[in-house]
Amino acid sequence: MHRFWKRLAGALIPAALAASAAEAEPLIWGIQVEQAEYRIGEGSDVAAWDFDVLAGSDELKVVWRSEGEYATGEEAFETLENQLRLQTPVTDFFDAVAGVRLDTPKGPDRIHGVIGLHGLTRQWFEVDADLFVSDHPSFRFEVEYEGLITNRIVFVPSIEFDLPFTDDAATGQGAFGPTLEVGGRISYDLVDRLVSPYVGVHYERKFGETADLARADGEEAGAVFFVIGTRFMF
Amino acid sequence: MRNFAIALAAATLVLGAGAGAVSAGEYEITVDRVGIDTGDFTRTGVGFNGASPGPVLRFREGEDVTIRVTNNLTESTSIHWHGLILPYQQDGVPGISYPGIPAGETFTYRFPIVQSGTYWFHSHTGFQEPDGAYGAIVIEPKEPEPYAWDREYVVQLADAHPHSGNRIMRNLKMMPDYYNRKQRTLFDFLGDAEDKGFGAALSDRKAWGDMRMMPTDIEDLQGFTPLINGKGPAQNWTGLFSPGERVRLRFINSSAMTYFDIRIPGLEMTVVQADGNEVQPVVVDEFRIAVAETFDVIVEPKDDRAYTIFAESMGRTAYGRGTLAPREGMASEVPALRQAPLLTMADMGMAHGEHGGMDGDMAHAAMGHEPPKPEAVDHSKMDHSAMGHDAPKPEAMDQSKMDHAAMGHDAPKPEAMDDSEMDHAAMGHGESEPLRGPDPFYAPGSGLKPEAADGGRFLSYADLKARAPLYPHRPATREIELELTGNMERYTWSINGVKYADAEPIRLQYGERVRFKFVNTTMMTHPMHLHGMWSILDNGSGEWNPIKHVISVAPGTTVYMETEVDAPGQWAFHCHLSYHADAGMFRKVIVEGGPPEEAADLAERERG
Ligand SMILES: [Cu+2]
Repeated sequence: MHRFWKRLAGALIPAALAASAAEAEPLIWGIQVEQAEYRIGEGSDVAAWDFDVLAGSDELKVVWRSEGEYATGEEAFETLENQLRLQTPVTDFFDAVAGVRLDTPKGPDRIHGVIGLHGLTRQWFEVDADLFVSDHPSFRFEVEYEGLITNRIVFVPSIEFDLPFTDDAATGQGAFGPTLEVGGRISYDLVDRLVSPYVGVHYERKFGETADLARADGEEAGAVFFVIGTRFMF
Repeated sequence: MRNFAIALAAATLVLGAGAGAVSAGEYEITVDRVGIDTGDFTRTGVGFNGASPGPVLRFREGEDVTIRVTNNLTESTSIHWHGLILPYQQDGVPGISYPGIPAGETFTYRFPIVQSGTYWFHSHTGFQEPDGAYGAIVIEPKEPEPYAWDREYVVQLADAHPHSGNRIMRNLKMMPDYYNRKQRTLFDFLGDAEDKGFGAALSDRKAWGDMRMMPTDIEDLQGFTPLINGKGPAQNWTGLFSPGERVRLRFINSSAMTYFDIRIPGLEMTVVQADGNEVQPVVVDEFRIAVAETFDVIVEPKDDRAYTIFAESMGRTAYGRGTLAPREGMASEVPALRQAPLLTMADMGMAHGEHGGMDGDMAHAAMGHEPPKPEAVDHSKMDHSAMGHDAPKPEAMDQSKMDHAAMGHDAPKPEAMDDSEMDHAAMGHGESEPLRGPDPFYAPGSGLKPEAADGGRFLSYADLKARAPLYPHRPATREIELELTGNMERYTWSINGVKYADAEPIRLQYGERVRFKFVNTTMMTHPMHLHGMWSILDNGSGEWNPIKHVISVAPGTTVYMETEVDAPGQWAFHCHLSYHADAGMFRKVIVEGGPPEEAADLAERERG
C-alpha cells in the first residue's frame, strides 16, 4: 500500500522537481480524441465525442474520459458521461482501471463505480472492458482496430456493446437489453498524428427491453449515420 | 525571430573571443539557446558558444585542462566529456557526478588529458543533447600515430528533429509508434501475398500480431534530418582536398537515436581508430556507426573530382550527406536510400527465423517481459576456466560456422604495423568476402545484418583489433549479466526488467576485472555506454580485443565486454539512445575502494 501511494505521488507530482536527466521520471500527459464528429442520419443529426485526457507515470495514470451525444434537433444530450479513472499496468499489455462515472444527459443523473481492463490483445485489437457498479449496473465492451491502408490512411473499425443488468426506465435501459454500436472510419493523418480527419459510417441498434422502451418513446430501435469528424492527439 | 537568434549567437561568439585572453589549456564554453537550420526546417535548440554543433575542442595528451562552462539557459545544464578518462567529479552527469550547472552559473571543470583520439561532448541534462547541445573533441597524442595523413576533418553526425526532445518523449509514451511511418500496410500485405503466397503472408502477420510487435521497429524516432557538422543533406557540408592527399576523417555519431551506415562511393576507407583507440588498420567500403561511437578513417581521393560522404540511417528513413571535393561548390552523385530492412524472428531471439507454431507467450518470455532477474548476478564463484576465459568468445559466435583465419586470429601483430606506409594486402583487404563467416554480432538470420552497398567489405565488430593492448590480458574476476529489456507498447526500457528509478546501483570493486554479459531481449539495438572506464569488447581477439566506450548490442544477441575497474567513484552506465536512457535503460555504477583519498571522497558523497 505504501508503494501505491508513492506511485500516486510520483504520478501526480511533476518530474520538474527531479534534478537530473538520469533520475527524471517525466510526467506523461496528453489528450487523445478518438472521435469528434457530426453524425448525419435519417432522423435527428448528432454531434458526438469520445476523448481521454491523461496524466501520470508508467505505473499510474489519471484519466478523464468523456463521451457524449448531442441531438441537434432536440437540442439535448442523448448521452453525456464523464469518468475519472485510475489506470495501472497489470500485465505487459493490459492496465487495470478503477474510477467513477457520472452520467448527466437528459433525464435523471446517474453515478457508477467503474472497474475494468484496458489494453491490447494479440493481433492488435484495442480493448476496453468495464463493469459499472451502482443501483443500475451495466457492462460495456469496446474493441477498436487500426488498419493501415497506407502509413497515413487508416481504417478504424470499432464495436461497442453495452449491457444493462437492471431496468432503468428513466434512462431508457431495459434489463439485459443491449445496445450495440458498430462503426467504420477512414482517417487521414493530415498534420503529423495531431489532426486526422475522417469520414465513416456509424450504426446503432438497441435490442430487447431497451429497444422496446425506445419504440414506446417513439424512437427507432436502430439507426445508420454517415459521420464526418476528426481524431486529435496532443 | 531567427535573425534575433543569430544576432544573439554572434554576440555570444564575440564575447567569447573577448574573454579569449586565456592561457594554453584553458577553455570557455557557454551553453546557449540557438537557432538550428537543417535546410528542411528551422527550430530553436541548445548549443555551445552560440552554435550547434558546438566548437571542436582540441586538447593535447598530457596537458591539464581548465574549462569554464557558463549556463546562459533559463534551466539547469551540464556537459559530459564522452569517452574521456577523468576523475568522476569532472564527468558531468547531474545526480551522479555533481548537481549540474544551474541557470546563470559557471562551473569549472579541471582534469588531466590522459588519452588521445576522437571523442565528443554533450549535455547530460534532459533532452538538451537531442536538442543540439553537442560538440567534438580531438586529442593530439604524445607519440605520433603510426600512419600519415595530409589533412583531417571532423565529421560529426546528428539527427536533428523538428520536435523538441520533451515533446518526442511525451508522444512516444502516449503512442509508441507515433514516429514510425514505415509500418506494414495493407499494400505490403498484398505484396507479400503475391511474393510468397497468401497463407505464408498471413501466418507472418499473425506471428508478429501474436507478439504485438512490429518488424519495422528499427528506428522508433523517424522524421529527423541527418546532419553532418550541422549541415543537412541539401546544405552539403564540404571538406576540401588536393588529389592524391591522404585525408583523415574523424566520424562521430552524436545522434540521439540514429545508427548510420557510412560509405564514400569511389573510395576505400582505412579504419585506424575506434572510439578514440588505435585499431589494427582495416580497409572497408562501408561501416555502421552506433549512436555515440567514433571511427577514424583515412581515405586517399586520387581524382580531381567530388566524392559524396553518404550516411544512410540504419532504418533507411533518411540520409546525411557531405562532400569531399578539390574545390568549394562541387558535388557528386547522391545514392538512393536502400530498401528498409525488416526485423525477423531471429531478432526476436527465436533461433533461425522459425516462427511456425511459435507461441505468443513463449515469445514474451524470450523478450524479457518475465519477472526481473536479480541485479548484477555475481558469478564470482564460478569456475573461470570452465567459463572459457582462456578463449573468450561471444556466445553468438559459437553457433556460427566461422572461419577463424578470416576472423583474424592470425592477425598481424601490432609491431608489424608500425611503418606508416600501409600495405593494403597485408591489412587483409585481399581477403575475399566469401571467406568471412557470418557476422557474429547479429543473430543468425537477423534482418539487420548490414551489407556493403556495392558488394564490398562491411566493417564488423569482429574486424576490430586493438593496435596494442591497453591492459595486461587476464581472466575476469567475475561476471555481471545485464539483460537489456523493454516493452515497446508502453515505451518502457530497462535493465534486468528494472528501470533506473527503481534500481540499485551496480557496485564494483576497485582493482577487479569485470566481465559484463549483455543479453538483448528487446527488438532494438542498444549502444551501451559505461562512463569513466574502458569497455573492452570481447570479439574473440583475446589480448587484441578492441578498447571502446560504446558497445552496440543487436537484437537477439549476447555480447560480452570486460572492464578493468581502475576508476573510483560513481559513474553512469546506460543505453545511449536518448529516449531509452531517459525511460530507464540506465544504471549508476559505484566503484568502491581504490586510493584512500578517493574512497574518502566517495564515502562523503554517499552520505550525501
Ligand atoms: Cu536502448
